[in-house]
Amino acid sequence: MKYVDEFRAPEIIAKAGEEIRKLADPGRHYRIMEVCGGHTHAIYRFGLKDLLPSNVELIHGPGCPVCVLPMGRIDDGLSLAAKPDFMFTAFGDMMRVPGTHGSPLEYKARGTDVRIVYSPADALKLARNNPEKHVLFFAIGFETTAPSTALTVMRAKTEGLRNFSVFCNHVTIIPAIRAILDSPDMRIDGFVGPGHVSTVIGCRPYHWIAKGEGKPVVVSGFEPLDILQSIVMLLRQLRRGEAHVENQYRRVVPWEGNKAALRAMGEVFEIRPYFEWRGLGFISQSALKIRPSYAEWDAEQRFTVPGVRVTDPKAAQCGEVLKGVLKPSQCKLFGRECTPEQPVGALMVSSEGSCAAYYNYQHLKPVTIANAASL
Amino acid sequence: MCLAIPGKIVELDSQNAHLALVDVVGVRRRVDLGLLQDDAPVPGDWVLIHVGFALSKISEADAADQMRTLTMLGETEAAMQEVRGYGLENGEGSRQVQGRSDEIC
Repeated sequence: MKYVDEFRAPEIIAKAGEEIRKLADPGRHYRIMEVCGGHTHAIYRFGLKDLLPSNVELIHGPGCPVCVLPMGRIDDGLSLAAKPDFMFTAFGDMMRVPGTHGSPLEYKARGTDVRIVYSPADALKLARNNPEKHVLFFAIGFETTAPSTALTVMRAKTEGLRNFSVFCNHVTIIPAIRAILDSPDMRIDGFVGPGHVSTVIGCRPYHWIAKGEGKPVVVSGFEPLDILQSIVMLLRQLRRGEAHVENQYRRVVPWEGNKAALRAMGEVFEIRPYFEWRGLGFISQSALKIRPSYAEWDAEQRFTVPGVRVTDPKAAQCGEVLKGVLKPSQCKLFGRECTPEQPVGALMVSSEGSCAAYYNYQHLKPVTIANAASL
Repeated sequence: MCLAIPGKIVELDSQNAHLALVDVVGVRRRVDLGLLQDDAPVPGDWVLIHVGFALSKISEADAADQMRTLTMLGETEAAMQEVRGYGLENGEGSRQVQGRSDEIC
């Protein structure tokens, strides 16, 4: 009963579960995708699936930036790190992600100067404090994180700090959703929209999903009640045969997003013609690169990057899991060769990855929210 | 998750217009306000912080909600580790430690 006390209003949660059962047409199977890895984590952590009827299925989306990064990009970044007088900086999430010749942490153990930073601004500070080094920031993340990188690059330019560059792997969520909708083996009825990405981009960019594709989108918070309410809102729309964008996470997400953040992104980044996503392949216009006006701070324009392409280990079925075709536990390596301690695929590295979430919380189901809600 | 950490603006940095001292459950660090320049926060305001940058202004009640969400998700320690790791104030701004840290989105 470890988590029970932490839940707000378990009786309301139980009611939301009841409402979902009422709204779901027993003759229909619903496939709802939660786009954001944060939602995936919360869904497993709280055992929310146990509150849903069997015909309401949650499909885990591509919104875990570590998980969708192809190994070749890690190899490329680390090839730069190995240069003399280079310092490789990245968020903690990246440190255990395996590249062909090891993870950043393993490179560090072999003598490469690898540092964890908690903010791109801290990587810039390292450059300021270590003028004899070239500080490379390995940037990943969706639109939540990209504005911070953009502002950091603008500051580097203003300061004329030349020993700093960014290896940019920022991706954008909308083209990934489009790729999923275009994929012939995917049938999705509606989307639980990402919470913090929407803080930046707002709710308008999802309109084409509702109006063009006829699929409802509800931008959601991360508490169990938020996610369940979002599912209720989706099912209500589906029942009425409607498709709109709704904002369940109004307490944090402004409809118009954060314009200053979007301006910073527009100033520094342009859209790449295409970018490879692990499990989804090449998706056109799905990632950001640094504009030529900031070339000095772009590792790819400034240095020679090998452009490595690596196929995932054959036995690992990250792609199928990422697309929701397989459950994590259906992968041949799950829980055996591939664990959070010794990850083979990236879905096991980040707690946002559906494999790690499934692995970490599968044993907790009986004591989590299903019980809390029935108290 | 896309870790977004609630904090209260304590004071604006007199040396650096885009920085502010922020309190996150007793831990005080400088964060960057550059992404809120259209609606600049003042001392006493609450903000959501992501990778060292304030991303949005929120109410005090929403800040409490957000902190509870982090607790429920078991992310409080990761959040505090992230905040303690922000190096904009002093030190080198990085940690040589291993283990769980922030997750991003």
